[in-house]
Amino acid sequence: MNAFLLQYLPILVFMGIAAVIGSAFLVAAFTLAPRDPDPEKISAYECGFNAFEDARMKFDVRFYLVSILFIIFDLEVAFLFPWAVSLMKLPHNTQVFAFWSMFTFLFILTVGFVYEWKKGALEWE
Amino acid sequence: MDLQAIAFYVLSAVTIGSALMVVTARNPVHSVLFLITTFFTCAGLFVMLGAEFLAMLLVVVYVGAVAVLFLFVVMMLDVDFGSLRSGFARYLPIGGVAAAVLLGEMILVASAVGDRGAAVTTHYGASPYSNTEQIGRVLYTDYIYFFEAAGMVLLVAMIGAIVLTLRHKPGIKRQVIADQTARSASNGMRIITDVKIGQGIDA
Amino acid sequence: MNFWATPVGWSLMTVGGVMAVTVGVLVSLAFLLLADRKIWAGVQMRKGPNVVGPFGLMQSFADFLKFVLKEPIIPAGADKIVFIIAPLITYILAFGSWAVIPFAPGWVVSNINVGILYLLGVSSLGVYGVIMGGWASNSKYPFLGALRSAAQMVSYEVSIGLIILTVILLAGSMNLSTIVEHQAGGFWNWNMLGGGGWKNWPLIVVMFPMMVIFFISALAETNRPPFDLSEAESELVAGFQVEYSSTPYLLFMIGEYANIVLMCAMLSVLFMGGWTSPIPLPFLHLPFWLSEVVSFFWMAVKMGFWFFMFAMVKAIVPRYRYDQLMRLGWKVFLPTSLVCVVAVSAWRVFVVGS
Repeated sequence: MNAFLLQYLPILVFMGIAAVIGSAFLVAAFTLAPRDPDPEKISAYECGFNAFEDARMKFDVRFYLVSILFIIFDLEVAFLFPWAVSLMKLPHNTQVFAFWSMFTFLFILTVGFVYEWKKGALEWE
Repeated sequence: MDLQAIAFYVLSAVTIGSALMVVTARNPVHSVLFLITTFFTCAGLFVMLGAEFLAMLLVVVYVGAVAVLFLFVVMMLDVDFGSLRSGFARYLPIGGVAAAVLLGEMILVASAVGDRGAAVTTHYGASPYSNTEQIGRVLYTDYIYFFEAAGMVLLVAMIGAIVLTLRHKPGIKRQVIADQTARSASNGMRIITDVKIGQGIDA
Repeated sequence: MNFWATPVGWSLMTVGGVMAVTVGVLVSLAFLLLADRKIWAGVQMRKGPNVVGPFGLMQSFADFLKFVLKEPIIPAGADKIVFIIAPLITYILAFGSWAVIPFAPGWVVSNINVGILYLLGVSSLGVYGVIMGGWASNSKYPFLGALRSAAQMVSYEVSIGLIILTVILLAGSMNLSTIVEHQAGGFWNWNMLGGGGWKNWPLIVVMFPMMVIFFISALAETNRPPFDLSEAESELVAGFQVEYSSTPYLLFMIGEYANIVLMCAMLSVLFMGGWTSPIPLPFLHLPFWLSEVVSFFWMAVKMGFWFFMFAMVKAIVPRYRYDQLMRLGWKVFLPTSLVCVVAVSAWRVFVVGS
């Protein structure tokens, strides 16, 4: 196994140990603590009456819009990462070129951002 | 068999297994959760190839953003998945053909790339630059047209999402902070004098 | 052959390091939780927990015992597997991100090249614990809380990503240790002041606001007041954790606080020079081990400072309304940080680079 992958192995070990400790907490509660469920105790929390229907329901389409816009901006940020890392290490001419190419990219997306602002997609109602 | 090979086989087995579960799981939410597992193990496979930047992007973009949207849709939209599932047998031949074509294409691409020797070049340790930096050195200069085209695609996606989903409800009152802060005592209140007893005031 | 380079030595060192970080974080969480409550109480002129142990120092441990001995309840309509896995995922992710945090020179479990991106990725996964917990409970309040909280966490992540980009532009690397070393030499090199000595000081007009925005976004990302809309007591009772009790709830809480402290660590590393000393101390001629300890001390002090800020914000600031929260994220922070990325890169390319 090479040195590169050896840097990643500890992450796996870390998550594994976290999983073991977390499960230990859960198991501790399920073995040590008393278990005495009754219908009232395990019913869903409501304000004094029984739930009318399944709690999972349709909701405002705006939540979907937010997550779609998030995907788009997340991708935009993802495109910027290699640029930010390599920008200062390029020779100066290339550097200026890379700066303007990113500027154009951001400008295109700013057009979209202005559009959604004007359309009121960022307003919460 | 060394540790690296074991890791590869474990990751691939989990990837394939959870990908199968995506299609076969009864509960749609469970199948999205299996999809997330698939993405995650794919990220692990990318790391094993030395493509650490791609691996992290897979986690950030697919697991952190795209799968959240999937989960939103599946959890909270009342789609009757039973009726969707009933078409499974009917669409199986067409789906099978599409899958076979895709598989053939992937084999062709892989063998073409393999012939040119890309598969045997050293991946890591050979270059003085990190994985991310190598992408950064070419993406914004040599491949600028593709890069700007990606920007345009994102723009279209943004506009498309708004056109398709944005509906304004009529009669919504919004907070206008500028109006609130611009309000002063002179236009915000009115001093009323000589009110007749027993008559009240009409706004 | 060096013993630590053999597989056995390496495994021992890794597991030892992981255990040290995990136990360290868990124990310091116990006291930070108490500090949180004490600060909160102090602002409201109360005494706070003061019964268990001297000054109430043992309070968190008593709470822990109580959590373990309480009855874990799984609601009748819940999806049992997802219901149990959700807090576990929150916990694992909250601790997994500590793997890349450097506490002192070389004191890092996993020194990967893309450390920041890893942190961003793992923190973006934190939303799953919330959504899964809220959905699996099959109850109205958790469902609404999960929905709100997911949209909120997602909205602020974009600006966090953009702010991180400004730091990467200054340091030229995504490795957290490199970012800290880039700020070494004194507080005038810190990223919050432009990150590169006197000649970069004009960048303070960009980088200092970036730090403040990062701090506020961190509050929103961890669902801390004033952005704790997912668990707004007055409307949603406790949001996505209504149906949780006993250790499943405890895991959620530990995960939440581990994330808060992680954000403190990120603020220290990205903007305040991590383990580096604010004033250079070469004249002390410290032995190697002592200089490491001093580095760790500085890191701890900075994290403590940021945790104090978190606690004070919780005590002082009133809760935001949901439309205000979304407006702040999308209409203020996103454009501001986007402009700042362009400004920092333009400065680097045209002023420093030429």
